[in-house]
Amino acid sequence: MSFNLALVPRREISLFRQVLTPVIALVVALLIGGLIVWLMGRSPAKAFDVFLREPLTDPWALQEVLLKSTPLMLISIGLIFCFRANRWNIGAEGQFLLGGIFGGGVAIATHGLSGPWILPLMMLAGVAGGMLYAAIPAALRNRFGISEILTSLMLVYVAELLLDYLVRGPWRDPKGFNFPQSVPFTDAAQLQPLFEGGRLHSGFVLALLAVIVAILVFKRSLFGFAVKASGEAPRAANFAGFNEKRITLVVFLISGGLAGLAGIIEVSGQVGQLRPGFGQGLGFTAIIVAFLGRLSPFGAMLSSLVIAVLLIGAESAQVSLKLPFDLTRFFMGLLLIAVLAGESLNRYRLEFRKEPA
Amino acid sequence: MEMLPFILATVFTAATPLLIAALGEHVTERAGVLNLGVEGMMIVGAATGFAAAVLTDSSVFGIFAGALAGMALSAVFALMVLVFATNQVATGLALTIMGLGLAGLIGQGFVGQPRAAIPPVSIPLLSEIPVLGKAIFTGDFVFFLSLVLIGFVAWGLNRTRFGLLLRAVGESHGSAHALGLPVKRIRLVAILFGGLLAGLAGAYLSLIYTRFWSPGMSAGRGWIALALVVFAGGHVWRLVLGAYLFGGITVAQLHAQAGAIGLPSQFLSALPYLMTIAALLFLSISGRKGAGAAGSLGQPFVPER
Repeated sequence: MSFNLALVPRREISLFRQVLTPVIALVVALLIGGLIVWLMGRSPAKAFDVFLREPLTDPWALQEVLLKSTPLMLISIGLIFCFRANRWNIGAEGQFLLGGIFGGGVAIATHGLSGPWILPLMMLAGVAGGMLYAAIPAALRNRFGISEILTSLMLVYVAELLLDYLVRGPWRDPKGFNFPQSVPFTDAAQLQPLFEGGRLHSGFVLALLAVIVAILVFKRSLFGFAVKASGEAPRAANFAGFNEKRITLVVFLISGGLAGLAGIIEVSGQVGQLRPGFGQGLGFTAIIVAFLGRLSPFGAMLSSLVIAVLLIGAESAQVSLKLPFDLTRFFMGLLLIAVLAGESLNRYRLEFRKEPA
Repeated sequence: MEMLPFILATVFTAATPLLIAALGEHVTERAGVLNLGVEGMMIVGAATGFAAAVLTDSSVFGIFAGALAGMALSAVFALMVLVFATNQVATGLALTIMGLGLAGLIGQGFVGQPRAAIPPVSIPLLSEIPVLGKAIFTGDFVFFLSLVLIGFVAWGLNRTRFGLLLRAVGESHGSAHALGLPVKRIRLVAILFGGLLAGLAGAYLSLIYTRFWSPGMSAGRGWIALALVVFAGGHVWRLVLGAYLFGGITVAQLHAQAGAIGLPSQFLSALPYLMTIAALLFLSISGRKGAGAAGSLGQPFVPER
């Protein structure tokens, strides 16, 4: 009987336990995932090989992992600000798309021109797009008291439809054989590889920079403290003079801006044009990344690498093992559940009792 | 006038899955639990229901299987939220992500297979009322079930002892626990009921509304159902009104797309989502914001010893 289980708070949580929790959660999720693979009639050993070993040992795949981790890192760093403040921005996917649309719009408008100013302008436009889109749920919450959860999520569907409209309508490539896609960006509008013959671009450096800035903000700044205080003890934060509404707006702008930056980096560094589906659900995956990293910037950096390995593994497993991508999606949800259960066991001890609670 | 019964019938069909899922979530939220996994439970219900219907060649069986699948997924949510006291928002999101993947796996071999319609039920005499009779009193059995469910939920919450206890638990789990009420057991029932109805709503989508399975077919309806619960603010009649209003909007935008009124089709497709935000905005401006939510909604419950 589960009802005879009670949660007893732990006095203190050792650092060892804090580090170990996400690792155990990952292992548990992987074991359950392996079981599912086995139930589907495939070899779990082969699946682990494709999902975990190949992306880490093949130099080409390793580069892909870093590329895939770039948007995850940027988005999840932004989400940490929201989640730490107990604000629920679950529409990062939409902000990511708007970043791509705004930045991509610059690339399309400047098509045929060249100059070192085009890329920075695209990046700025991407940030602005994400920020503006994230400002909507923040403003609706601040001004009208509407839950940001539903509004931010609804706007994801709207963003997808907006992108679809643009690439089928006004922004469609006239020479694109009627495919729903924009003109291919010129070199001036694409992030160039960091080294000859490689694919890794400077977006990854920007993501690492975001991690470092976020670490400093949370460790050293009053704002970082205000965010944490507002999430953990909202009343106390109010008494301390931290403006609740301003925090809501700022954390949404930060996460929207970073998601937007991730969007334009993905478009100009990976895709090279606007087309439907470039979001790939990364905005939702980043939520899992943030929790797997225990809502710490350094943790998010590590977990975006781990998740990127799994995503690259999933891409090759689709081809080599005919394992559908839905399996990966299911696994991601499972992983989040395992992480949340682990967090709970971190804070509480499970105790069996005779009488029902 | 000849079109009217037909249009009304399509409005009812579009509204019924929203109504059923929202009724379930309404009960869950009255007990103080916010389950954001409606979308996930719904789509698992849709996939399982369709697969079961094809395998047993019985759409009726499929509908029950879909409902049970939704309930099974909500049991995972209940385990996490009640036993481990996890954050309800994050757990619900995880449930939705997991559900979308699981539904894809279940429905894998069934994409594009058509199913015949379930024979409609006509209420004798009433369905012969001119104009509206046929629209309201002829339909699939789940439509009538949904009407029964409206009454059941309204009566159960407001007129029974269990409903009173459920609402007490939702209003303040601390006080309810101090009074000796079995908070977790009552919440378990509420969560499972919500899952059952979300699964039923999903099975309705794939077996009655579209009559085929396609990945991602719930298309945010679970989230719209969640918004309807906010819109209802604790009143079942407002939930029903909201659901039929949304059914109307869905049908209207489909007709507008077919009629090519010059607006881009994507704008019309975005209308249900924009209208959801507009409805929440309207609710707030009319001065009833947050008035209806249960007192301890979304807070984890860890009783002190």
